[in-house]
Amino acid sequence: MEPKKIQAPLTDEVVMSLKAGDNVLINGVIYTARDAAHKKLVELMDKGEPLPIVLEGQFIYYVGPTPAKPGQAIGSAGPTTSGRMDAYTPRMLEQGMKACIGKGLRSQAVKDALQKHKGLYLAAVGGAGALLSKKIKKSEVVAYPELGAEAIHRLEVEDFPATVINDAYGNDLYAEGAREYAR
Amino acid sequence: MRELAASVISDHVAEMCQDANIYLGDDVFTALKDSLEKEESPTGKEVLKQLIENVEIARDEQIPICQDTGFAVFFVEWGQEVHLTGGTLEEAINAGVKRGYEEGYLRKSVVTDPLYDRVNTKDNTPAVIYTDIVPGEKVKISFAPKGGGSENMSAVKMLKPSDGEAGVIDFVVNHVKAAGPNPCPPIVVGVGIGGTFDKVAVQAKKALFRSVGEPNPDSKFAELEKTILKKINDLGVGPQGFGGRTFALAVHIETFPSHIASMAAAVNINCHACRHLERII
Repeated sequence: MEPKKIQAPLTDEVVMSLKAGDNVLINGVIYTARDAAHKKLVELMDKGEPLPIVLEGQFIYYVGPTPAKPGQAIGSAGPTTSGRMDAYTPRMLEQGMKACIGKGLRSQAVKDALQKHKGLYLAAVGGAGALLSKKIKKSEVVAYPELGAEAIHRLEVEDFPATVINDAYGNDLYAEGAREYAR
Repeated sequence: MRELAASVISDHVAEMCQDANIYLGDDVFTALKDSLEKEESPTGKEVLKQLIENVEIARDEQIPICQDTGFAVFFVEWGQEVHLTGGTLEEAINAGVKRGYEEGYLRKSVVTDPLYDRVNTKDNTPAVIYTDIVPGEKVKISFAPKGGGSENMSAVKMLKPSDGEAGVIDFVVNHVKAAGPNPCPPIVVGVGIGGTFDKVAVQAKKALFRSVGEPNPDSKFAELEKTILKKINDLGVGPQGFGGRTFALAVHIETFPSHIASMAAAVNINCHACRHLERII
Protein backbone atom coordinates (compact mmCIF):
# COMPACT_ATOMS: atom_id res chain seq x y z
CA MET A 1 0.00 0.00 0.00
CA GLU A 2 1.31 3.45 -0.94
CA PRO A 3 2.20 5.58 2.06
CA LYS A 4 -0.10 8.53 2.81
CA LYS A 5 1.41 11.99 2.94
CA ILE A 6 0.38 13.87 6.06
CA GLN A 7 1.09 17.36 7.32
CA ALA A 8 2.23 18.34 10.81
CA PRO A 9 0.65 19.67 12.99
CA LEU A 10 -2.27 17.22 12.87
CA THR A 11 -6.02 17.77 12.83
CA ASP A 12 -8.55 15.39 14.44
CA GLU A 13 -9.87 14.65 10.96
CA VAL A 14 -6.50 13.31 9.81
CA VAL A 15 -5.99 11.38 13.06
CA MET A 16 -9.37 9.66 12.62
CA SER A 17 -8.59 8.81 8.98
CA LEU A 18 -5.53 6.74 9.92
CA LYS A 19 -5.53 3.13 11.09
CA ALA A 20 -2.94 0.82 12.65
CA GLY A 21 -0.73 -0.54 9.86
CA ASP A 22 -0.95 2.57 7.66
CA ASN A 23 2.36 3.84 6.36
CA VAL A 24 2.70 7.61 6.32
CA LEU A 25 5.18 10.24 5.16
CA ILE A 26 5.24 13.19 7.56
CA ASN A 27 5.89 16.73 6.33
CA GLY A 28 6.21 19.96 8.30
CA VAL A 29 7.46 20.77 11.79
CA ILE A 30 7.78 18.20 14.58
CA TYR A 31 9.42 18.38 18.03
CA THR A 32 11.76 15.99 19.82
CA ALA A 33 11.66 14.91 23.46
CA ARG A 34 13.09 11.98 25.41
CA ASP A 35 12.90 10.95 29.08
CA ALA A 36 14.55 14.01 30.61
CA ALA A 37 12.56 16.56 28.58
CA HIS A 38 9.27 14.75 29.30
CA LYS A 39 10.05 14.85 33.01
CA LYS A 40 10.60 18.62 32.85
CA LEU A 41 7.44 19.23 30.80
CA VAL A 42 5.26 17.24 33.19
CA GLU A 43 6.78 19.05 36.19
CA LEU A 44 5.70 22.35 34.60
CA MET A 45 2.20 20.96 34.01
CA ASP A 46 2.03 19.92 37.69
CA LYS A 47 2.89 23.48 38.72
CA GLY A 48 0.42 24.92 36.21
CA GLU A 49 3.20 26.85 34.48
CA PRO A 50 3.41 27.50 30.73
CA LEU A 51 5.33 25.00 28.59
CA PRO A 52 8.27 26.04 26.38
CA ILE A 53 6.43 24.63 23.33
CA VAL A 54 2.74 24.63 22.43
CA LEU A 55 1.67 20.97 22.22
CA GLU A 56 -1.66 21.53 20.44
CA GLY A 57 -1.77 19.29 17.35
CA GLN A 58 1.92 18.46 17.54
CA PHE A 59 4.03 15.40 16.84
CA ILE A 60 6.64 14.49 19.45
CA TYR A 61 9.54 12.37 18.17
CA TYR A 62 11.44 10.28 20.73
CA VAL A 63 15.02 10.73 19.54
CA GLY A 64 18.49 11.54 20.82
CA PRO A 65 20.59 12.11 17.70
CA THR A 66 24.35 11.82 17.26
CA PRO A 67 26.13 15.19 17.01
CA ALA A 68 25.82 16.79 13.56
CA LYS A 69 29.01 17.05 11.55
CA PRO A 70 29.74 20.44 10.01
CA GLY A 71 27.30 20.94 7.11
CA GLN A 72 24.74 18.41 8.35
CA ALA A 73 21.26 19.41 9.62
CA ILE A 74 21.42 16.61 12.19
CA GLY A 75 23.38 13.43 12.92
CA SER A 76 22.01 9.89 12.91
CA ALA A 77 18.44 10.23 14.17
CA GLY A 78 16.38 7.06 14.63
CA PRO A 79 13.68 6.50 17.27
CA THR A 80 14.36 5.41 20.84
CA THR A 81 12.27 2.96 22.91
CA SER A 82 8.90 4.55 23.62
CA GLY A 83 8.00 2.59 26.75
CA ARG A 84 10.21 4.86 28.85
CA MET A 85 7.83 7.72 28.05
CA ASP A 86 4.66 5.78 29.01
CA ALA A 87 4.39 7.47 32.40
CA TYR A 88 4.25 10.91 30.75
CA THR A 89 2.34 10.30 27.51
CA PRO A 90 -1.26 10.55 28.82
CA ARG A 91 -0.40 13.97 30.27
CA MET A 92 1.08 15.09 26.96
CA LEU A 93 -2.10 14.01 25.15
CA GLU A 94 -4.24 15.93 27.67
CA GLN A 95 -2.25 19.03 26.73
CA GLY A 96 -3.09 18.60 23.05
CA MET A 97 -0.24 16.49 21.64
CA LYS A 98 -1.70 14.52 18.73
CA ALA A 99 0.96 11.99 17.85
CA CYS A 100 4.17 10.49 19.12
CA ILE A 101 6.84 8.66 17.14
CA GLY A 102 9.17 6.06 18.64
CA LYS A 103 9.57 2.31 18.60
CA GLY A 104 8.38 -0.56 20.75
CA LEU A 105 5.47 -1.44 23.02
CA ARG A 106 3.20 1.04 24.84
CA SER A 107 1.25 0.55 28.07
CA GLN A 108 -2.50 0.06 28.17
CA ALA A 109 -2.82 3.49 29.80
CA VAL A 110 -1.18 5.08 26.75
CA LYS A 111 -3.40 3.15 24.34
CA ASP A 112 -6.50 4.23 26.30
CA ALA A 113 -5.35 7.85 26.31
CA LEU A 114 -4.84 7.75 22.53
CA GLN A 115 -8.48 6.72 22.14
CA LYS A 116 -9.75 9.26 24.65
CA HIS A 117 -7.86 12.23 23.22
CA LYS A 118 -7.87 11.17 19.55
CA GLY A 119 -4.15 10.55 19.16
CA LEU A 120 -1.75 8.30 17.29
CA TYR A 121 1.34 6.32 18.19
CA LEU A 122 3.63 5.73 15.25
CA ALA A 123 6.88 3.82 14.87
CA ALA A 124 9.78 4.87 12.70
CA VAL A 125 12.21 2.10 11.77
CA GLY A 126 14.47 1.63 14.79
CA GLY A 127 18.13 1.59 13.86
CA ALA A 128 17.60 3.37 10.53
CA GLY A 129 19.21 6.51 11.94
CA ALA A 130 21.27 7.37 8.85
CA LEU A 131 18.30 7.06 6.48
CA LEU A 132 15.96 9.03 8.79
CA SER A 133 18.54 11.82 9.20
CA LYS A 134 18.20 12.51 5.46
CA LYS A 135 14.48 13.28 5.94
CA ILE A 136 15.25 15.99 8.50
CA LYS A 137 16.07 19.21 6.71
CA LYS A 138 16.56 21.55 9.64
CA SER A 139 17.07 21.16 13.38
CA GLU A 140 17.25 23.74 16.14
CA VAL A 141 17.15 23.55 19.92
CA VAL A 142 14.06 25.31 21.32
CA ALA A 143 14.20 24.26 24.99
CA TYR A 144 16.50 22.74 27.61
CA PRO A 145 19.83 23.12 25.76
CA GLU A 146 21.56 21.82 28.90
CA LEU A 147 20.19 18.37 28.09
CA GLY A 148 22.42 18.04 25.01
CA ALA A 149 21.13 15.26 22.73
CA GLU A 150 18.03 15.15 24.96
CA ALA A 151 17.14 18.84 24.50
CA ILE A 152 13.84 19.67 22.78
CA HIS A 153 14.59 20.24 19.09
CA ARG A 154 12.31 21.70 16.44
CA LEU A 155 12.71 19.62 13.28
CA GLU A 156 11.60 20.39 9.74
CA VAL A 157 10.89 17.07 8.05
CA GLU A 158 10.16 16.04 4.48
CA ASP A 159 8.54 12.69 3.74
CA PHE A 160 9.63 11.29 7.10
CA PRO A 161 8.49 7.62 7.00
CA ALA A 162 6.53 6.09 9.89
CA THR A 163 3.94 3.39 10.50
CA VAL A 164 0.81 3.74 12.64
CA ILE A 165 1.02 1.26 15.53
CA ASN A 166 -1.82 2.37 17.84
CA ASP A 167 -4.68 4.35 16.33
CA ALA A 168 -7.53 6.28 17.95
CA TYR A 169 -9.85 3.27 17.56
CA GLY A 170 -7.90 0.95 19.89
CA ASN A 171 -6.18 -1.08 17.13
CA ASP A 172 -2.62 -2.30 17.73
CA LEU A 173 -0.35 -3.29 14.84
CA TYR A 174 2.12 -5.05 17.16
CA ALA A 175 -0.63 -7.47 18.25
CA GLU A 176 -2.33 -7.83 14.86
CA GLY A 177 0.79 -8.10 12.69
CA ALA A 178 2.26 -10.95 14.72
CA ARG A 179 -1.02 -12.90 14.69
CA GLU A 180 -1.10 -12.82 10.92
CA TYR A 181 2.38 -14.33 10.46
CA ALA A 182 2.62 -16.65 13.48
CA ARG A 183 2.84 -20.40 12.82
CA MET B 1 59.05 -10.52 25.12
CA ARG B 2 57.42 -8.13 22.64
CA GLU B 3 56.96 -4.52 23.68
CA LEU B 4 53.79 -2.72 22.65
CA ALA B 5 53.09 0.96 23.36
CA ALA B 6 49.76 1.90 24.94
CA SER B 7 49.37 4.59 22.27
CA VAL B 8 49.23 1.88 19.58
CA ILE B 9 46.30 0.26 21.37
CA SER B 10 44.58 3.68 21.67
CA ASP B 11 45.05 4.39 17.94
CA HIS B 12 43.49 1.06 16.96
CA VAL B 13 40.61 1.49 19.40
CA ALA B 14 39.82 5.01 18.16
CA GLU B 15 39.59 3.75 14.58
CA MET B 16 37.55 0.72 15.56
CA CYS B 17 34.97 2.89 17.39
CA GLN B 18 34.39 4.95 14.27
CA ASP B 19 34.51 2.10 11.75
CA ALA B 20 32.15 -0.18 13.68
CA ASN B 21 29.54 2.55 13.96
CA ILE B 22 29.63 3.52 10.28
CA TYR B 23 30.32 0.29 8.36
CA LEU B 24 28.04 -2.64 9.12
CA GLY B 25 29.87 -5.96 8.82
CA ASP B 26 29.31 -8.09 5.71
CA ASP B 27 27.97 -10.90 7.88
CA VAL B 28 25.01 -8.83 9.09
CA PHE B 29 24.49 -7.04 5.78
CA THR B 30 24.32 -10.37 3.93
CA ALA B 31 21.88 -11.74 6.53
CA LEU B 32 19.63 -8.67 6.04
CA LYS B 33 19.66 -9.08 2.24
CA ASP B 34 18.93 -12.81 2.54
CA SER B 35 16.01 -12.12 4.86
CA LEU B 36 14.50 -9.70 2.32
CA GLU B 37 14.35 -12.61 -0.17
CA LYS B 38 12.50 -14.81 2.34
CA GLU B 39 10.23 -12.28 4.06
CA GLU B 40 6.52 -12.79 3.25
CA SER B 41 5.02 -9.66 4.80
CA PRO B 42 4.88 -6.58 2.52
CA THR B 43 5.37 -4.26 5.52
CA GLY B 44 8.22 -6.48 6.70
CA LYS B 45 9.86 -6.25 3.27
CA GLU B 46 9.53 -2.47 3.35
CA VAL B 47 11.31 -2.35 6.73
CA LEU B 48 14.13 -4.58 5.48
CA LYS B 49 14.55 -2.39 2.39
CA GLN B 50 14.84 0.68 4.63
CA LEU B 51 17.43 -1.10 6.78
CA ILE B 52 19.51 -2.07 3.73
CA GLU B 53 19.29 1.48 2.36
CA ASN B 54 20.24 2.77 5.81
CA VAL B 55 23.43 0.69 5.80
CA GLU B 56 24.33 2.06 2.36
CA ILE B 57 23.67 5.69 3.36
CA ALA B 58 25.74 5.23 6.53
CA ARG B 59 28.64 3.81 4.52
CA ASP B 60 28.48 6.31 1.63
CA GLU B 61 27.90 9.45 3.70
CA GLN B 62 29.79 8.47 6.85
CA ILE B 63 26.77 8.79 9.15
CA PRO B 64 26.44 6.41 12.12
CA ILE B 65 24.16 3.47 11.27
CA CYS B 66 22.14 4.16 14.43
CA GLN B 67 22.04 7.20 16.71
CA ASP B 68 22.68 4.89 19.67
CA THR B 69 26.39 4.43 19.15
CA GLY B 70 26.45 2.31 22.24
CA PHE B 71 28.30 1.42 25.37
CA ALA B 72 31.82 0.44 24.23
CA VAL B 73 32.35 -3.26 25.00
CA PHE B 74 35.72 -4.98 24.47
CA PHE B 75 36.97 -8.53 24.66
CA VAL B 76 40.75 -8.56 24.67
CA GLU B 77 42.91 -11.65 24.21
CA TRP B 78 46.32 -10.60 25.42
CA GLY B 79 49.29 -12.76 24.47
CA GLN B 80 51.34 -13.33 27.62
CA GLU B 81 54.59 -12.61 25.75
CA VAL B 82 53.50 -9.00 25.18
CA HIS B 83 54.62 -6.23 27.52
CA LEU B 84 52.52 -3.06 27.44
CA THR B 85 54.51 0.17 27.85
CA GLY B 86 53.43 3.72 28.60
CA GLY B 87 50.19 3.05 30.50
CA THR B 88 47.70 0.41 31.54
CA LEU B 89 45.45 -1.47 29.12
CA GLU B 90 42.37 0.12 30.66
CA GLU B 91 43.78 3.62 30.20
CA ALA B 92 44.83 2.84 26.63
CA ILE B 93 41.39 1.55 25.65
CA ASN B 94 39.52 4.40 27.33
CA ALA B 95 41.78 6.97 25.66
CA GLY B 96 40.95 5.36 22.31
CA VAL B 97 37.21 5.38 23.05
CA LYS B 98 37.30 9.04 24.06
CA ARG B 99 39.11 10.05 20.88
CA GLY B 100 37.05 7.78 18.59
CA TYR B 101 33.71 9.04 19.92
CA GLU B 102 34.78 12.70 19.82
CA GLU B 103 36.43 12.68 16.39
CA GLY B 104 33.73 10.45 14.90
CA TYR B 105 30.79 12.64 16.03
CA LEU B 106 29.38 9.61 17.84
CA ARG B 107 26.80 9.97 20.61
CA LYS B 108 28.08 9.90 24.17
CA SER B 109 25.64 7.68 26.02
CA VAL B 110 27.29 6.96 29.37
CA VAL B 111 26.35 8.62 32.69
CA THR B 112 28.59 8.65 35.77
CA ASP B 113 26.24 7.30 38.41
CA PRO B 114 23.49 4.81 37.49
CA LEU B 115 21.05 5.91 40.20
CA TYR B 116 21.50 9.33 41.80
CA ASP B 117 23.69 11.51 39.64
CA ARG B 118 23.07 10.58 36.03
CA VAL B 119 25.50 13.08 34.54
CA ASN B 120 26.98 12.34 31.12
CA THR B 121 30.71 11.54 31.15
CA LYS B 122 30.80 13.39 27.80
CA ASP B 123 33.34 11.05 26.17
CA ASN B 124 31.50 7.70 26.30
CA THR B 125 33.96 6.26 28.82
CA PRO B 126 34.43 4.07 30.71
CA ALA B 127 34.37 1.09 28.37
CA VAL B 128 33.37 -2.39 29.52
CA ILE B 129 36.49 -4.53 29.15
CA TYR B 130 36.99 -8.30 29.47
CA THR B 131 40.56 -9.55 29.30
CA ASP B 132 41.87 -13.07 28.75
CA ILE B 133 45.57 -13.85 28.98
CA VAL B 134 46.45 -16.29 26.19
CA PRO B 135 49.68 -17.89 24.90
CA GLY B 136 51.73 -16.08 22.26
CA GLU B 137 52.83 -12.56 21.41
CA LYS B 138 49.78 -11.17 19.67
CA VAL B 139 46.90 -9.08 20.98
CA LYS B 140 43.36 -9.54 19.66
CA ILE B 141 40.88 -6.75 20.36
CA SER B 142 37.20 -7.34 19.69
CA PHE B 143 34.87 -4.35 19.96
CA ALA B 144 31.11 -3.90 19.90
CA PRO B 145 29.19 -0.67 20.50
CA LYS B 146 26.19 -2.03 22.42
CA GLY B 147 22.90 -0.17 22.08
CA GLY B 148 20.73 0.40 25.14
CA GLY B 149 17.38 -0.54 23.63
CA SER B 150 18.37 -4.11 22.91
CA GLU B 151 20.57 -4.42 26.02
CA ASN B 152 17.53 -3.58 28.17
CA MET B 153 15.75 -6.62 26.75
CA SER B 154 18.22 -9.11 28.25
CA ALA B 155 17.93 -11.58 31.15
CA VAL B 156 19.61 -14.23 33.26
CA LYS B 157 17.77 -17.23 34.70
CA MET B 158 19.14 -19.90 37.00
CA LEU B 159 17.45 -22.98 35.54
CA LYS B 160 17.47 -26.39 37.18
CA PRO B 161 19.47 -29.15 35.48
CA SER B 162 16.18 -31.10 35.22
CA ASP B 163 14.68 -28.30 33.09
CA GLY B 164 16.77 -29.72 30.25
CA GLU B 165 16.71 -28.64 26.62
CA ALA B 166 13.00 -27.76 26.79
CA GLY B 167 13.70 -25.43 29.72
CA VAL B 168 16.37 -23.56 27.79
CA ILE B 169 14.17 -23.26 24.69
CA ASP B 170 11.17 -22.01 26.69
CA PHE B 171 13.23 -19.45 28.58
CA VAL B 172 14.82 -18.01 25.43
CA VAL B 173 11.71 -18.04 23.24
CA ASN B 174 9.38 -16.62 25.90
CA HIS B 175 11.87 -13.94 26.82
CA VAL B 176 12.34 -12.84 23.22
CA LYS B 177 8.57 -12.92 22.66
CA ALA B 178 8.02 -10.57 25.61
CA ALA B 179 10.69 -8.20 24.25
CA GLY B 180 8.72 -8.06 20.97
CA PRO B 181 9.39 -4.92 18.94
CA ASN B 182 11.47 -3.16 21.62
CA PRO B 183 14.98 -4.38 20.68
CA CYS B 184 14.62 -3.30 17.00
CA PRO B 185 14.08 -6.59 15.17
CA PRO B 186 15.34 -8.38 13.19
CA ILE B 187 17.50 -9.24 16.17
CA VAL B 188 20.54 -11.40 16.87
CA VAL B 189 20.02 -13.51 19.99
CA GLY B 190 23.05 -14.26 22.15
CA VAL B 191 22.49 -17.17 24.53
CA GLY B 192 24.79 -18.30 27.35
CA ILE B 193 24.34 -21.67 29.01
CA GLY B 194 26.36 -22.92 32.01
CA GLY B 195 28.86 -21.35 34.38
CA THR B 196 27.95 -19.08 37.27
CA PHE B 197 25.43 -16.21 37.40
CA ASP B 198 28.05 -13.72 36.14
CA LYS B 199 29.85 -16.04 33.70
CA VAL B 200 26.68 -16.98 31.82
CA ALA B 201 25.92 -13.32 31.08
CA VAL B 202 29.41 -12.80 29.69
CA GLN B 203 28.99 -15.91 27.51
CA ALA B 204 25.72 -14.49 26.12
CA LYS B 205 27.52 -11.24 25.33
CA LYS B 206 30.41 -13.11 23.71
CA ALA B 207 27.90 -14.94 21.51
CA LEU B 208 26.97 -11.58 19.93
CA PHE B 209 30.57 -11.11 18.78
CA ARG B 210 30.40 -14.19 16.58
CA SER B 211 30.00 -13.67 12.84
CA VAL B 212 26.21 -13.70 12.20
CA GLY B 213 24.99 -17.12 11.15
CA GLU B 214 28.22 -18.95 11.99
CA PRO B 215 27.06 -22.03 13.93
CA ASN B 216 28.35 -23.28 17.28
CA PRO B 217 31.23 -25.72 16.56
CA ASP B 218 29.48 -28.42 18.61
CA SER B 219 26.79 -29.97 16.38
CA LYS B 220 24.35 -30.49 19.28
CA PHE B 221 24.40 -26.79 20.10
CA ALA B 222 24.37 -25.84 16.42
CA GLU B 223 21.16 -27.86 16.10
CA LEU B 224 19.71 -26.15 19.20
CA GLU B 225 20.52 -22.76 17.65
CA LYS B 226 18.48 -23.73 14.57
CA THR B 227 15.57 -25.03 16.66
CA ILE B 228 15.36 -21.85 18.74
CA LEU B 229 15.70 -19.61 15.64
CA LYS B 230 12.78 -21.34 13.96
CA LYS B 231 10.60 -21.04 17.06
CA ILE B 232 11.43 -17.34 17.38
CA ASN B 233 10.62 -16.62 13.75
CA ASP B 234 7.40 -18.65 14.02
CA LEU B 235 6.14 -16.11 16.57
CA GLY B 236 5.36 -13.91 13.53
CA VAL B 237 6.67 -10.75 15.19
CA GLY B 238 8.70 -9.87 12.09
CA PRO B 239 10.90 -6.89 11.23
CA GLN B 240 10.33 -4.08 13.77
CA GLY B 241 7.45 -6.11 15.21
CA PHE B 242 5.12 -5.06 12.37
CA GLY B 243 4.37 -8.73 11.61
CA GLY B 244 6.36 -11.05 9.37
CA ARG B 245 8.70 -13.99 9.21
CA THR B 246 12.00 -12.33 10.16
CA PHE B 247 12.05 -11.67 13.89
CA ALA B 248 15.64 -12.91 14.32
CA LEU B 249 18.58 -13.19 11.93
CA ALA B 250 20.47 -15.67 14.08
CA VAL B 251 20.72 -17.40 17.45
CA HIS B 252 24.24 -17.89 18.81
CA ILE B 253 24.87 -20.11 21.83
CA GLU B 254 28.06 -20.03 23.93
CA THR B 255 28.43 -22.59 26.70
CA PHE B 256 30.59 -23.13 29.77
CA PRO B 257 30.88 -26.10 32.14
CA SER B 258 28.28 -26.07 34.89
CA HIS B 259 28.08 -26.70 38.64
CA ILE B 260 26.36 -30.04 39.44
CA ALA B 261 23.43 -28.16 41.01
CA SER B 262 23.00 -25.49 38.32
CA MET B 263 22.11 -24.76 34.73
CA ALA B 264 22.47 -21.01 34.31
CA ALA B 265 21.06 -19.46 31.14
CA ALA B 266 21.25 -15.94 29.77
CA VAL B 267 19.82 -14.04 26.82
CA ASN B 268 21.55 -10.94 25.49
CA ILE B 269 19.82 -9.36 22.51
CA ASN B 270 21.33 -7.28 19.75
CA CYS B 271 19.38 -5.21 17.26
CA HIS B 272 19.88 -5.66 13.51
CA ALA B 273 22.76 -3.18 13.73
CA CYS B 274 24.88 -5.98 15.19
CA ARG B 275 28.11 -4.00 15.05
CA HIS B 276 31.28 -5.84 15.94
CA LEU B 277 34.83 -5.59 14.78
CA GLU B 278 38.10 -7.30 15.61
CA ARG B 279 41.75 -6.56 15.05
CA ILE B 280 44.87 -8.55 15.70
CA ILE B 281 47.87 -6.44 16.67
